[in-house]
Amino acid sequence: MLAFIAKRLVVAFCVCVTVSAISFALMFLSGDPAIAIAGAGGRAQDAEAIRIAYGFDRPLIVQYLDWVGSALTGDLGQSIYFNIPVSEIIGNRISVTMWLGVLSFLLALVVAVPLGIAAALRPNGWIDRIALVLAVTGQAIPSFWLGLMAIVVFGVWYGWVPISGAKTWQGFILPVIVLSYYAMPAMMRITRSGMIDVLATDYVRAARAKGLPMRVVIFRHALRNAVLPLVSLAAVQLGLLLSGSIVIESVFALNGLGRLAWESLLRSDLPVVQAIILILSLLYVALTTFADILNAVLDPRLRGAN
Amino acid sequence: MSDTSSEIRPAGVWQKALRNTGVSIGGTIMLVIVLVAVFAPLLAPHDPLAQDLTKRLLPPFWHDRSVAEHLLGTDHLGRDYLSRMIYGARVSLGVGLGVIIVSGAIGITLGLLAGYFGGWVDMVISFAITTRLSLPIVLVALAAVALGGASLVTLITVLGLLLWDRFAVVSRAATQSLRHQEFIMGLRAIGASRARILFLEILPNMRSMILVVVTLEVANVILLEAALSFLGLGVRPPTPSWGLMISEGRENILFDPWLIALPGSALCLLVLAVNLFGDGMRDITGPARK
Repeated sequence: MLAFIAKRLVVAFCVCVTVSAISFALMFLSGDPAIAIAGAGGRAQDAEAIRIAYGFDRPLIVQYLDWVGSALTGDLGQSIYFNIPVSEIIGNRISVTMWLGVLSFLLALVVAVPLGIAAALRPNGWIDRIALVLAVTGQAIPSFWLGLMAIVVFGVWYGWVPISGAKTWQGFILPVIVLSYYAMPAMMRITRSGMIDVLATDYVRAARAKGLPMRVVIFRHALRNAVLPLVSLAAVQLGLLLSGSIVIESVFALNGLGRLAWESLLRSDLPVVQAIILILSLLYVALTTFADILNAVLDPRLRGAN
Repeated sequence: MSDTSSEIRPAGVWQKALRNTGVSIGGTIMLVIVLVAVFAPLLAPHDPLAQDLTKRLLPPFWHDRSVAEHLLGTDHLGRDYLSRMIYGARVSLGVGLGVIIVSGAIGITLGLLAGYFGGWVDMVISFAITTRLSLPIVLVALAAVALGGASLVTLITVLGLLLWDRFAVVSRAATQSLRHQEFIMGLRAIGASRARILFLEILPNMRSMILVVVTLEVANVILLEAALSFLGLGVRPPTPSWGLMISEGRENILFDPWLIALPGSALCLLVLAVNLFGDGMRDITGPARK
């Protein structure tokens, strides 16, 4: 068990290093970051001054190590646009994204798991068909468009919710519903197929044969094994929700990380963009690593594999 | 579902496909949209880029104020909306196709190599897949397009370089299971070259699985292109992309919601059709599951 955890942590560490190198390298995609910061119409002297001030004249590897080294101490550099530490700006914005991501995730889970179980109990029954329609439409509707339509209908026509911003908790209602609808189909499907597989196993049939009530069989015997694949998927989905909220935040004018990243891109504030990409990637790595270890705890068969 | 004992021999994939509701409905809608995109110059009543500021924001045909000349009305610059919708199909499908060619080539090659050789090759490629999965795709794509300069070519290259993971995962698993089959071992025994075994023997044997990934990824790419264009960092104006049209219609959302409702519905219809087709194909070709 310890060996498995250690192995997973080593892989996670290597992924973190690679991911940090990629987010660092993005800055140089445009060619010369100094010119990108100075702007297309910037003078050559300005670009040169920026190059020296930001240390772009040093070798790449030195710049990278310097960036990673200070990131480890919590210093993510200075914002070029605001001229204050990146960590400060991100600290102000991260809570909106976290709330949005976590609430949508919980809502998706609360809808997807019971629906998946109910659908699995009677494949092709009416609940299964409703669930299928929900899943198929959820995968086809672009979340930003659903958000805009929801604003038109519930914000403008009915006036039930504020049309933008998150000054009150009501401002979170539509974004959370829209975002969870995007994450729900995959979780529902995996619960359904996991449940169908488990219900067909001998041990479930034995439990039913000895006369246990269906409720006990489902919740005590079947569900435990059926949710195993859900654990990994849930971690992936939560990570996707956090990074997927970039579009939703811009639709609903929520001041989270995603909107910050987008605005920073438009004003070439690259240190902020880099830091956000790094944070979201590291969060994803942490979540999936945690899910893998949790899976190994829940299911001893997995420990030998991989 | 419809398998009965009266069936004597298993039907071919295409026969099964025609009988599958998802595949036939999704396939038909897809075919119609592809035809619309291909014959856009013949079908579009107007030039999608021609502006007429005297005819701004005309409503579609179900409104009283509508004009017969512009069936779906006009946008904020007086451009014919129907023509823009028709040309928009070209952008969605073109980007979808372009990205799939790039990402499919990368992903399938990596998957074949990882699955066939195993060992450290597999370790390196699996690590690349894990790393790719941990990057926030929308954000990285946005950053890359913003820095590389928004254009169709940049967009297709960036998405192609980012979305190869599912191809790699599926072809790796398929290669792993095919590698130990007798006909492959036989080919190895008679000294067939590795390239021949990989690309002429293993690859054709997983084409149905690849087809499923292609459809799922096309749907994914179409949604991503729309989202990036919506955020202003995908297709550049005045190109008629459905995502861009939604973003342009946003300013007039209060009084003319059809400006976003129409391109959004087109997007949904196309993605829905592709997904129905893909899911149906998976049911037909995949391992038996009810």
